[in-house]
Amino acid sequence: MEVKELEQIASQVRRDIVRMVAGVNSGHPGGSLGCADFLTVLYFDEMNHNPTDFKMDGIDEDVFYLSNGHISPVWYSVLARSGYFPVSELGTFRKLSSRLQGHPSTDKGLPGVRMASGSLGQGLSCALGTAQVKKLNNDPNLVFSLHGDGELQEGQIWEAAMYAAAKKVDNIIATIDYNGRQIDGDVDDVISLGNLNAKWQAFGWEVLEMDGHNIAEIKETFAKARVMTGKGKPIVIIMKTEMGQGVDYMMGSHKWHGVAPNEEQLASALSQLEETLGDY
Amino acid sequence: MKTIEFEVLGKKDTRSGFGEGLLEIGKQNKNVVALCADLTGSLKMNAFEDEFPERFFQVGIAEANMMGLAAGMTVGGKIPYTGTFANFSTGRVYDQIRQSIAYSKKNVKICASHAGLTLGEDGATHQILEDIGLMKMLPNMTVIVPADFNQTKQATIAIAEHDGPVYLRFGRPSVPIFVKPDAEFKIGKADLLIEGTDVTIIACGHLVWKSIEAAQQLAEEGISAEVINMHTIKPLDVKAVLDSVGKTKCVVTAEEHMANGGLGDSIAQVLSQHTPAPQEYVAVNDKFGESGKPEELLTKFGIDTPDIVKAAKKVIQRKN
Repeated sequence: MEVKELEQIASQVRRDIVRMVAGVNSGHPGGSLGCADFLTVLYFDEMNHNPTDFKMDGIDEDVFYLSNGHISPVWYSVLARSGYFPVSELGTFRKLSSRLQGHPSTDKGLPGVRMASGSLGQGLSCALGTAQVKKLNNDPNLVFSLHGDGELQEGQIWEAAMYAAAKKVDNIIATIDYNGRQIDGDVDDVISLGNLNAKWQAFGWEVLEMDGHNIAEIKETFAKARVMTGKGKPIVIIMKTEMGQGVDYMMGSHKWHGVAPNEEQLASALSQLEETLGDY
Repeated sequence: MKTIEFEVLGKKDTRSGFGEGLLEIGKQNKNVVALCADLTGSLKMNAFEDEFPERFFQVGIAEANMMGLAAGMTVGGKIPYTGTFANFSTGRVYDQIRQSIAYSKKNVKICASHAGLTLGEDGATHQILEDIGLMKMLPNMTVIVPADFNQTKQATIAIAEHDGPVYLRFGRPSVPIFVKPDAEFKIGKADLLIEGTDVTIIACGHLVWKSIEAAQQLAEEGISAEVINMHTIKPLDVKAVLDSVGKTKCVVTAEEHMANGGLGDSIAQVLSQHTPAPQEYVAVNDKFGESGKPEELLTKFGIDTPDIVKAAKKVIQRKN
């Protein structure tokens, strides 16, 4: 898909995010906006997947895990916009009996979601399990995963990182949303990740870096990562993003991690984001 | 004086039943995979590893990762069996099980050895007595505590047919075998081992044999005890409980677990809602374990055969 077209989808995804969160006065807009470009490219351009025929076992298609489940608004929007479920259902986000739970779950049968997430640090292990089974099944498709940078403070991530290299799980492309912010402030002030690139390399991973708001670069990096698969090493992309990207007053701060905009703020946000596919 | 004959078929550890069952189900079902956190020998998983190396995953000392891996392996159609000690199978990884396995309703079989006091000399850090409670509180989770070698083998095979998360709890020491090798294991269907009229003894795991011994001793004193092997804690065989206690009007529950949250509490919940009846708990009373020989520990913590006999007499008195 052309860059221009992907940019248009990403703009609509950002509108969906702020409208969903404002609609229930709760949710996590900051990280969602920051990952809108990434998930748009992943679902509309990169992954081999079947939106209209969702199968839990993910056999014969690429599988994605969202480990940082709190950015569910962006995932739900991208899933709906790519055809997993009706776009109108985005209006039920976080409401009673909705399939769109505050954090993603399989409990209510939402197509596109294969694992609950929200309690952080678990998704890389799940992704690796699926990746190893793909090898066992002679399924050449890949597993993708997304993790927050603050989430890397969870120890299980590093158990999984060590395991992946030791077992040569080379059919996974994990991505880190490196926005440098978490609930209590800047990641560097809470618990610094130190030299993140060197850490992943030391754990035996191939490390790529990219600008998470440059669609052409995201496409190129995915292409590069795909070429690197099957060579005995797991692959991680450190993706530089801005929390709240696309909405000026949400950028440059951790304050919009888990706060919804009010009516006036919503209007301001929407005025900055072009409606391209039609609001839900 | 009446005597109760109960045939002992030998003596073996329940974990070896797991090891044999795993190998057998591995042969029967190619979707079965196994993961182990550096305790392959202790869990008796070597035979499976040797026979199916490509379906065996050594994960090292990283139980949280193991639970996540297992959950992920169900996506792709596999039936993962995880193996480590009961403490590291539950308490250590509770949130991983809660989110990635129970809430996500993944077809993972959590197989836990060295449960309870009879782990012995390693002491309290390894002697989990809370695991049944932890696991039975999770929605979607099935909880099974087989009584001997044969039943552990049968349960290990049977759980592959059940689509959903299972907690299978077994132990370390060698204990008498009394379940027939060709017995059918049905999840949620209790085994009525001895019929009686004065008191019902409901037990699970290692305490089932102790309950049989207790019933034999009670019979010599003219007390007729009914013994039920409640190998499935969840879903509980409510009918078996009500049928038996409806007849005997009192119950002793026996388990190698805390009184809080274990089998006894499950039974009490059923009775209080249907037919309240006097109940005595033979269980560990809000204490951590300690080092010692398995049999010594059962005695010291009050969950041995004489404790069941005593509890039975006491509960019969309470009927009036």
